[in-house]
Order: sequence, then C-alpha cells, then structure tokens
Amino acid sequence: MPGPTGPITGILGLSTEIIGIWVAALLTLAIYSFLYGDNPVYKVAEHIFVGISAAYGAALTYHLVIIRRLFDPLFRPDLAQPPLDAPKISLIIPGLLGLLIFSRFIPRYDWLSRWPIAFIMGLYAGLSIPRVIQTNILKQMQATIAPVLPVDAGGQYLLFSGFENLLLIVGVVCTLAYFYFSLPHRGVMGGLSRVGIWFLMIGFGAGFGNTVMARISLLIGRIQFLLYEWLPTIGIHLGAGPGAG
Amino acid sequence: MRLQIPIAMGFLAGVFMFVQFFIPHQMIKASFKDALDWAIIVGGFALVLGLGSLFRTHVEKIRHRREGFGYSFVTLISFAVMFVFGIVWKTDPGTVFDWLFMNVQVPLEATMFSLLAFFIASAAYRTFRARSVEATLLLLAAVIVMLGRVPISDKIPYLNLHEITEWIMMVPTVAAKRGILFGVALGAVATALRIILGLERSHLGGGGGQ
Repeated sequence: MPGPTGPITGILGLSTEIIGIWVAALLTLAIYSFLYGDNPVYKVAEHIFVGISAAYGAALTYHLVIIRRLFDPLFRPDLAQPPLDAPKISLIIPGLLGLLIFSRFIPRYDWLSRWPIAFIMGLYAGLSIPRVIQTNILKQMQATIAPVLPVDAGGQYLLFSGFENLLLIVGVVCTLAYFYFSLPHRGVMGGLSRVGIWFLMIGFGAGFGNTVMARISLLIGRIQFLLYEWLPTIGIHLGAGPGAG
Repeated sequence: MRLQIPIAMGFLAGVFMFVQFFIPHQMIKASFKDALDWAIIVGGFALVLGLGSLFRTHVEKIRHRREGFGYSFVTLISFAVMFVFGIVWKTDPGTVFDWLFMNVQVPLEATMFSLLAFFIASAAYRTFRARSVEATLLLLAAVIVMLGRVPISDKIPYLNLHEITEWIMMVPTVAAKRGILFGVALGAVATALRIILGLERSHLGGGGGQ
C-alpha cells in the first residue's frame, strides 16, 4: 500500500481488491451475525459503521464546503472553482456566522449561537414557502383535477382512464376528509372519511410492500456479493454469477 | 436584544428568500445564489456541533467505564482513521479514504439496511391479519406489490400482477399520498410563516438569558 494519496496497490502480496473483498465480506457476516442474537462481533461492526459514516460526512463537508465554498474563494481566489480575480470578501459574513455556532461551547456567550441558527432557519423557511406551494399544492391539485370522461384524438371515450381519474379525485377528497377534524366524522363526513381510510390502507400496504422489496433487493445484493465475489477468493466457484454473459 | 437580533435575522433572511421568487432579476438571482452558499457554509460549521455530541457521548462512556465502553474506542478510532485519511490525503478515487468508503462503509450500510428485510418480514407475519376491511386492504395491497415486484409473478396465469402493482402504485396510492401531502404542505407553509414572523422560537431555545 504505497501511499494514501495515489492509487493503492497491495499489502503482503495481496491486491487491495482482494483485501477489500475480504474486509467487506467479514463486515457483512459480522452484521448478519445479529440474526443469531446481539453479540460483540455485531457491535464492533456497528460501531465501526458509526465512526466511519460520521468521518465520511465530516471529511466531505470539510473539502466541499469549508475549503471549496469558503476558504478558496476568500483566501486563494485563483484556486477557487471557478477561479476568481479577487477574494470574495462577502464570504466573511457566513464564515463569522459559522464560527458563532461554536459559542455553544462557552456558556457565557452561548446566546450568540442563535444568530447562525436563526439565519439558516429563516432562509430555508422563506425558500420553502413558494416552493412547497408550487410543487406540493398547486401542481398536485392540477394533477388531481383531471377529466373523468377523457376523449382521445379520434373522438373515442377513454373510459378506464376516466375511471382512474375519478378514483383519484374521490381518493384525495376522502383522504382529506379523514384528516379534517373540525367536523365530527358522522353521516356523510363519516362515510367519506371511512373511504379515505380504505385509500390510506391501500397506500400504506403498497408502501410497506415496496419497502420490503427494497430491503430484499439489498439482501440479494449482499448474498450475491458473498457467493460470487468473496467465495471465489477462497477457491469456491458457484457459476459465473448473475452479471455474467 | 439576545432574542430580538436573531428573530430579525431570521425575518430578513426569510423575507428575502420569499421575495426573490417573484423578482427574477439578474442581481436578485446572484444574491439568491450567494445566500444559498452562505447557508451551506454555516450548515457546514453546524456539523461540528453534531460531531461534538458524538465525541462527548463516547468519551464520557469511556471515562466512566460504562458498560460496553470498549465499543466507544472502536467508534472513535474508526472515526479518526477515516477522518485523517480524508482530511490530510483528500477524498479522490483511488485514495485510502475512497477504499475505506467502498469496502467498509458501503457494504456495512447495505448490509445494515438489508438486515431490516428479516425483521420487517417477521413483523408482517406476526401482525398482518385480515380481521377487518381496512386490515384486509392493507394486507392485499402489500402482498400484491411484493409479488408484483418479483419475476416469479409472471408465471401466475390469468393475473398480471406486475400491471396490477403498477396500477395500485399509480392510482389509489397516489390518491392517498396526495391527501397526506396537502396536509403536510399546508403545515410546512404555516410553520415557515411562524418562523419568519418570529412566532416559532423553539429553534432559538439554546443559549441562556433573554
């Protein structure tokens, strides 16, 4: 393993690819050992995951945010992306605001940490209002208000498409009725909210099924890795693997 | 003043971001991009707070020799190794940082999430019972979607589960999600307005004094 900067080639005569496969395989098996019960091997793998993930986020934030967006444009404008003619002095403000966050560690001045938090909260709150109204309300309403008796270019009625549109309108109205608590859920309102629950149940069931299949897909990926990448490194070959051919 | 200044800052930042949406002028667009950059930079510093909390938790555990304190060493060491390689020797492809990401973090993450397949399936087996119309609809939708997502469903005669799954996802599920989304969106707008107007102050809770 020559250097941490350049391409790493190997250690003890083993290629880094083989070492990587073994590390990944052992960690995979360590996590699956939890299926037998909570054990120290699983806990070690779990704590490695926490440490590595936190460091991954921290290192990327350092390079992509602190260096690229703040340090370079402010102190090394020629290295900024894109290169600048002069330092971007205005970046002193977010830099100082960012530093104020650390006042949390000094009890006497911890009230100063409110400034950057208020700035970020206000900024994203202001940003979210038009965006949420546009995408999550207006566009969704527009998509819901569709013809229940659509006609194609040849003048033929598209009955099934119309039925789908009608079902969408009924579903949205009934789901909203279920979440409307200013009126008691009796009579017409009770009927609407009951139909709303049916739609919600179908939605939750479908969501659950999708989630299960996404996890199963990950499981298949890990099993394929163990069977077709790890086992061959110890001389066990189980065919050419799913991607072959 | 300790509360008024941050409230004023939140108000000004919020109003600017709201108003810029309606004024597509070049200067406003440039300021908007700068403001987003500022927020990302400040957010980058905020990450240190989270890391501080992680460190404090594990260091305290080690200091007081609490149960399982040895695992805290594992967390701190793996953090230090990944962080030092990432900071000192960059994060480009081919570096040790990248190698650790590909061979440690990615498999751990995928395996951790795949582990959930076992628990979610066993939970479903124990709880899914068709005791009412609602429970039956939930059960049927889940079973159809699960079967419709695997190739074996093509072997079932007279029943195109793949198409039925797509229909469930595109019509009744969209209707239910849209109903929820309207409520969430209105709630989000109301909360955003409260933050801008200074009525919502829970995020300013930290820091002593008024």
